[in-house]
Amino acid sequence: MHRFKFVLYRPVQLIPVLIGISIVTFGLVHTIPGDPARLLLGAKATPDAIAAIHAKYGLDQPIPIQYLRFMENLLQGEFGMSIIYRAPVLSVALDRIAPTLFLLIYAVILAVLLAVLLGSLAAAKRGRPTDQAIRLFSTIGLGLPAFWLGIVLIMLFSIRFGWFPVSGYGDDFLDRLHHLFLPAFTVALATAPILTRNLRASLIAESQADYVSAARAKGLPRHVIFFHHIFRNSLIPTINLLGVNVGWLIGGTVVVEAVFSVPGLGSLLVSSIFARDYLVVQAVTLVLALGVIATNFAVDIVTVALDPRIEP
Amino acid sequence: MSVLGAAIHRRLHHRLGAPSTLFYIGAGLCLFWIVVAIAAPWIAPYDPIAQDLRATLEPPNARHLLGTDNFGRDILSRIIWGTRLDLQMGVFGVLFPFLIGTTIGVVSGYVGGFVDVLLMRLLDVTISFPFFVLIIAIVAVLGPGLMSFYIALALVGWVSYARLVRSRVIVLKHADFVLAARSLGFSGPRIAFRHILPNAIMPAIVFSVSDAVLDIVLGSSLSYLGLGIQPPTPEWGLMIAEGQTFIATAWWMTTFPGLAIMLLATGFSLLADGFAEKLGLRE
Repeated sequence: MHRFKFVLYRPVQLIPVLIGISIVTFGLVHTIPGDPARLLLGAKATPDAIAAIHAKYGLDQPIPIQYLRFMENLLQGEFGMSIIYRAPVLSVALDRIAPTLFLLIYAVILAVLLAVLLGSLAAAKRGRPTDQAIRLFSTIGLGLPAFWLGIVLIMLFSIRFGWFPVSGYGDDFLDRLHHLFLPAFTVALATAPILTRNLRASLIAESQADYVSAARAKGLPRHVIFFHHIFRNSLIPTINLLGVNVGWLIGGTVVVEAVFSVPGLGSLLVSSIFARDYLVVQAVTLVLALGVIATNFAVDIVTVALDPRIEP
Repeated sequence: MSVLGAAIHRRLHHRLGAPSTLFYIGAGLCLFWIVVAIAAPWIAPYDPIAQDLRATLEPPNARHLLGTDNFGRDILSRIIWGTRLDLQMGVFGVLFPFLIGTTIGVVSGYVGGFVDVLLMRLLDVTISFPFFVLIIAIVAVLGPGLMSFYIALALVGWVSYARLVRSRVIVLKHADFVLAARSLGFSGPRIAFRHILPNAIMPAIVFSVSDAVLDIVLGSSLSYLGLGIQPPTPEWGLMIAEGQTFIATAWWMTTFPGLAIMLLATGFSLLADGFAEKLGLRE
């Protein structure tokens, strides 16, 4: 079990990164031109009222002191109040996590299914027209803007055929699967090209390994060799790639949420920017960064669990 | 004579590898868009921002090859003028991260020690944020527009270049030619930037071409969200956003600008693939 010791010490190693993240998010809001008190009170605020707000939120203090106050509040789960929702920022953000998480997991499942299908097909038909076509798909797919893809899918499957709703989140689990299919499929189509390429390459590399020749010499059936040996080993780099790209995936969901009006963190981020609700922007950025770190940590654990040879 | 010709051919083949058809298609696409961008004033049939309220939402026809939008503006002319912005986003979007990233990569890899630790921690922090989310947040703070986009990209996009260059520099700084340069008494910066960097920069250059694809998609996404180019300027992402209200009736408003993004991005993608293959950096 010593291979899993990193589960204990990795969080400690992450402390400098977490401090860095807090400095960046603190800095983000503090570089905004203009006085936050004036933003809060409006243009007609009296100097006295502004001074009172400054004193209340410690805005008259030096920047390092303000940062320490920010950290102190952060560690107590206190992110400030949203000026639009008139509620604690943290609860506003937490309310929006579920749709984003649902969409992300849905998209990952669809992306992996697509990549496994196309990747194995391309590897099996290596060099043949099928392989070339899949390669062309992955090249074009890299340059497809997710927001446009989403709109094209709406035009085809919502308006022309009427199979899926144009927007929204749904009421129960099945309804959500239905509502979020097009958004998830959009994110999946944008993610699948990288995964497909990677899986194809590692499938080809693994199928030339010595243990495959050994399995063949032993007379194992082809599908056993493929699924039990080649496929299992090829999946590890692909899962790793997915973990590395989770930040990219989240970026994709932000735009796609805006296209399909999914009430998640992404659409909250965009609407808060336009509403100048900067504390919400700050909180969402922070929450998403923590999500990336947690995912990478989880992917490391899964990788070590899947492959006994890997020492983290 | 034929022996010499064969020798030259072999030498070129050795340097560049067999030319791939897809590479030439990519190069052709990029060239096409560059020409369109330069020639925009002469080839665009209409003024891209001139409204014609008698010709609104016209489907593609002989007078307006790609149709008109809700203000009667010619879609084809808007796409042609938009090339200037979208192509520019790909080129300048890459330039600043490339310059900053390679410099940080060389310094970090060559100097090592405390400087390296500090810069790599900065890198760790930057990659912990979802790339696009951090870009959006920075643009939100700086205010919408192309300049904010470039600044945000410079602040966030350098990490990939720094990583690529640093890993090469760390290997190369123990090479014999560096030892030779050092024994000749050359200064540290001169060895790092004049001797090591030229040998370490190729993967970063190849990456920059595929990074351009990313920046085009990112820039048009920002405009789509309303955080990039502002109306009435013709930009492809913005045109798609304007057309979204009319998807049930005017499919041409969103379809053609999207195809334009796809064709430009695919051009860069194929080019990047071709380079990577020729230089043996992939598969």
